[in-house]
Amino acid sequence: MLTSFDIRLLNRVQKNFPVCHDPFALIADELAQPKQKVIERLAELKKEGFIRRLGGVLNHKKVGESSLAALKVPSQKLTQVSDMVSQFEEVNHNYLREHEYNLWFVVTAANQEKLEQVLSEIEATSKCALLVLPMLKDYYIDLAFEL
Amino acid sequence: MSSILNRVELEKRIIELTQAGLPIESRPFKTIADKLGISESAVVAIFDSMKQKGLVRRIGLVPNHYAIGYLFNLMTVWDIEDSDIDQVGKSIGELDFVSHCYQRPRHLPDWPYNFFAMIHGKTEQEANEKMQQIADLVKDSCSQFTALKSCKILKKTGLRI
Repeated sequence: MLTSFDIRLLNRVQKNFPVCHDPFALIADELAQPKQKVIERLAELKKEGFIRRLGGVLNHKKVGESSLAALKVPSQKLTQVSDMVSQFEEVNHNYLREHEYNLWFVVTAANQEKLEQVLSEIEATSKCALLVLPMLKDYYIDLAFEL
Repeated sequence: MSSILNRVELEKRIIELTQAGLPIESRPFKTIADKLGISESAVVAIFDSMKQKGLVRRIGLVPNHYAIGYLFNLMTVWDIEDSDIDQVGKSIGELDFVSHCYQRPRHLPDWPYNFFAMIHGKTEQEANEKMQQIADLVKDSCSQFTALKSCKILKKTGLRI
């Protein structure tokens, strides 16, 4: 179970991780806790799966080309098609969703040509209707939100 | 000339090394620096500049929302009047329960929605209430909307390059 300290800690470290020699000392000061406690608890939260990772969240638009896409997969083919999609290393998210278009995934590639190649291959192999939904504009302030 | 090339190469190596995450220990940037054979100050400076340039959106932890109890993520999709999209996008982007929101193309007739907003809630009811808040906010510009509940995560990895 997460304690209220854990939530405070997670909220603090979600954004503006100090980029300096001793970032955890600064965070510990802000939270009025010993540095060792902050480090140990974060390491535990990582180990227990509450934290995916600590690091830079890359801006997809600047490091390669990516697109959200969706397939309309008949239920009897769902396992087969979803496995096929997940096997592409260019696919970094793959979700089942409740809709006629039921398989939703994100493809990221080094360039537009490679991106289109992966999408056509997925479309041809699955023989399912494909929606390609690249981001036209983003409007959110930050990925982090208050827990 | 060569220093510019080195810089780009270094940024790439730093991104690779931190892809799995910065180590959670006393001097996280020193660990990266040692692996690259450069100074800790240099790594700190490069990280800072990648942030300035917008290559890195932010630095921080990426929580596992499911594990923390946000079990209901709703991908909500909206059919917004094209002329209103900027104004609507900005107001939805400011809501604290929206983690991402984007304008995306329509594919008529199958897909009339041109705006996506990801909502997180601890219960299904909470997530639905939040969707209704958005619906109230955009009622003059929106002709239809729906939510696509996720039923299963099949694959989720950090962005690889």
